[in-house]
Amino acid sequence: MTRYTAKPLPPIQLPELRQVGKPLRRVDAMGKAVGATAYAGDFSMPRMLHAKVFRSSQASAYIKRLDVRKARSLAGVACVLTAADVPNARLASDIPGQTGQQIRAGSEVPALASDRVRFYGEPIALIAAETPNIAERAMPLIEIEYEPLPGVYDPMEAMKPGAPNLHPPDNIVARWKIRKGNTEAGFAEADLIVENTFRLPYQEHAYLEPEAGVAWIDERGVINIRVSTQVIEHFRSIARAVGVPQNKIRIQGTMVGGGFGGKEDITVEIYLALLAKHTNRPVKLVYTREESILGHSKRHPYLIKHRTGVKKHGRISAAEIELISDSGAYPYLSPYVLLYSAVMSNGPYRVDNLRVEAATVATNNPYTSAFRGFGGPQACFAYEQQMDAIAEKLGMDPLELRKINYVRAGDSTSTGQVLESAAWLEETATRAMAALGDKTPDHGPLKVGQGFASYFQSYGRIMWLHDTSQAWVGVELDGTVTVRAGVPDLGAGQANSLCQIAAEVLGVPLEHVSIYCTDSAITPLSGTSTATRQLYMSGNATLMAATNVRQALLDRASKHFAEEIETLDMAEGRVFVKSNPSKFVELADLAKACAAEGAHLANLAMFKAPFSDPIDPETGQGSVFPDFTFGAYAVEVAVDTETGQLAVLKAAACHDVGRAINRAAVEGQIAGGGMQGLGYALMENLIVKDGVIQTPSLSEYLIPTCKDFPKTTVIILESGTGVGPFGAKGIGEPSFTPAAPALASAVADAIGVRIHELPLTPERVLAAIDGAKK
Amino acid sequence: MKPEVITLNVNGRTHHIALAPNVTLLTAVRDLGYTDVKCGCEKGDCGACAVLLAFPGAERGEPVNSCLVLAWQADGADITTVAGLGTAAQPHPLQAAFADAGAIQCGYCSPGFIIAAKALLDCNPRPTEHEIRDAIEGNLCRCTGYGHIVDAIRGAADKLPPAKGGAQ
Repeated sequence: MTRYTAKPLPPIQLPELRQVGKPLRRVDAMGKAVGATAYAGDFSMPRMLHAKVFRSSQASAYIKRLDVRKARSLAGVACVLTAADVPNARLASDIPGQTGQQIRAGSEVPALASDRVRFYGEPIALIAAETPNIAERAMPLIEIEYEPLPGVYDPMEAMKPGAPNLHPPDNIVARWKIRKGNTEAGFAEADLIVENTFRLPYQEHAYLEPEAGVAWIDERGVINIRVSTQVIEHFRSIARAVGVPQNKIRIQGTMVGGGFGGKEDITVEIYLALLAKHTNRPVKLVYTREESILGHSKRHPYLIKHRTGVKKHGRISAAEIELISDSGAYPYLSPYVLLYSAVMSNGPYRVDNLRVEAATVATNNPYTSAFRGFGGPQACFAYEQQMDAIAEKLGMDPLELRKINYVRAGDSTSTGQVLESAAWLEETATRAMAALGDKTPDHGPLKVGQGFASYFQSYGRIMWLHDTSQAWVGVELDGTVTVRAGVPDLGAGQANSLCQIAAEVLGVPLEHVSIYCTDSAITPLSGTSTATRQLYMSGNATLMAATNVRQALLDRASKHFAEEIETLDMAEGRVFVKSNPSKFVELADLAKACAAEGAHLANLAMFKAPFSDPIDPETGQGSVFPDFTFGAYAVEVAVDTETGQLAVLKAAACHDVGRAINRAAVEGQIAGGGMQGLGYALMENLIVKDGVIQTPSLSEYLIPTCKDFPKTTVIILESGTGVGPFGAKGIGEPSFTPAAPALASAVADAIGVRIHELPLTPERVLAAIDGAKK
Repeated sequence: MKPEVITLNVNGRTHHIALAPNVTLLTAVRDLGYTDVKCGCEKGDCGACAVLLAFPGAERGEPVNSCLVLAWQADGADITTVAGLGTAAQPHPLQAAFADAGAIQCGYCSPGFIIAAKALLDCNPRPTEHEIRDAIEGNLCRCTGYGHIVDAIRGAADKLPPAKGGAQ
């Protein structure tokens, strides 16, 4: 493998900042370190009941008979609910009314299955009892008889006419088409056509905190739900399902013990609301690990076919890409995950003649939905493997091939959206590869390889969802600062970023900022902690609110000093004259003066993302995302050619994050996201047989330990060109996307044969080596 | 079998409680209000529920997954949870190092990691990176990629006095 030298960066002078960019101790860190942070499962209430969910033991069946009388009559059981008790409890699993797409049958999920179950583990009944033990003992007292229905477990089979149907009219949950240029002419021009098929597996989120929550009805009749969630806005859907007005459901989100998309859809909160309403008592529900794995969504398995035409000097002349994903038994976010992978299916490469066909298909498998990257990683695995395969065929260096095709700022994406921010692809790829250093020599049967992957990944929601976020910032009379925002904190530092931004703007130390967050009733709604949108959206809202407060304070200070506003600045809890910092007023004194005069010391701001119309349904042309993050991942791997075992020796990541708000937090996202991606590529193997998960524990579904991968070298670049606050881009999801294809590329470099399917199990690696010998 | 009264000494407080023999130490301490002990799997796979367990006469506590110990087995023992090591105002050097090194993201695994690290430093105050990784191998973290956790433990070791002993 050629050693690459880092491509020089354009000269960029970002403004000097006092708080932003520093690796400050996050505001949430110490509470977590000393065990003071209460998670959703840590709360208890007087007279609280304990709940269990009774689930289907069949993947596809009619429920012939359901009798819960024995369970109800067990001493200590307060309530058993079935679909008959809550006939209207249906949940929107789609993003209804926001997409311009017609709502399909099946996109509303019954909270409890009534006549038919469509996946193994589908909820059928809810039990609330005086103790967890009693609830557990009531479970086998529920009598149920199934009449098995033929199921379908393979999306290819499910697309065939006459396949068992999950929801009318057919199993195609959604399709997307992209048409750009003229592929026929493009292929006619090609000197070489390369075709490959790639297969991507399930992935389980495996957050350390299983789903949990407590609900109770307060003295005003409001159903309060304290829950670990990425989306407090689910209160609206829950209100409809429970049959109460929206202002009678209050979600108090807790610190989330890991989300990664798995707590984006509704989890326990609907069961808690239903049970609290029916028992009029507080109810607690905490999933076991097995129930968590059976009960929530997974990353979508994909089949992706690439047919690429290239000129002999390496320029891509045309591409046809087909994507099929397994949506499982209910749609959830599958149509949108599919949209992401379709839009990004050609990678960060200029393809003027492009045809993309994408479909997501219902099966009786576990349902699939959001997971870090949201369809982007599957697309990236395929397009980066395809680029390497093309380079091999042309006898070109993989970077040289990419350099010819990389998009640049001003180019357009597959859907014709013009890329406006910096697209540092060569800059990041060369730095990630250079960080690996010299290749470790082979040693006997151990063959060593190096590889990299480039990527682009959107941040911010699909623009035709018309996304907004609100934040409130105020200064107290002692000069401390309060932020209020509905943002759920998943551990990525969502809340801290807002504090650090407010501290920067108002010139106070981070310790002087306090945030109240994640309450659907009393903090301004900030939208979901999904889609790598919180820093972009709520960061901008906080920046706006803090800037408005700053303006009011400077206005008053300008009168105090009899100086123009432009000559003043704020830092270290003071407002001062820039040319003479000894001329200052304490923020506390200024705040008191403002308060005494009835001046406003707080501001509620709303940030609106750019709104667009949906893309053209026939051509897929139009703008889809607010912006994209670009970067690369590089891996050195040793392959034991006798056992098929892989050992990652080195890993390096380089991303343009626009501007790092908290450097330590950014490093943490990049290192952690990368390791999740390596786990996905190497070891995470969710085995599903006839719709039944065979690996429902952390001793069967293995996620990386500290011994599986080396420390990642993290290289942070800052172009300052993002649409987030201070030019920041998003990094939460992007950090994951390129790791798996980088590892696959390194394996191909080591053994000289490419493996088109994940995970790279020893069996698969050995089979590839054996296949190459034949 | 019927409940019997046992004694659990948690973070210096003594509790006499009646428990059935099948109650795990994890459930027992959480029910007593020590919710800083986290439940991640109840099978010993994740390490989130780690506590230090010291039987009378023991020089120092041993790290155990409290989900794999029955409360009856801990009768009379001293149990230390992460909240027993320090407070936000007076954190243990490990807790401060975890907070400062970016070793904490979602934080759900942190109590288990800090307990495992405490047990390591109690008997090996100057561990190598390899020894650190050996000590936390039984703890899963899904957020950080472990690098900052290893850094934090090494950083805390540098700040702690080199003398052996578990009296930190």
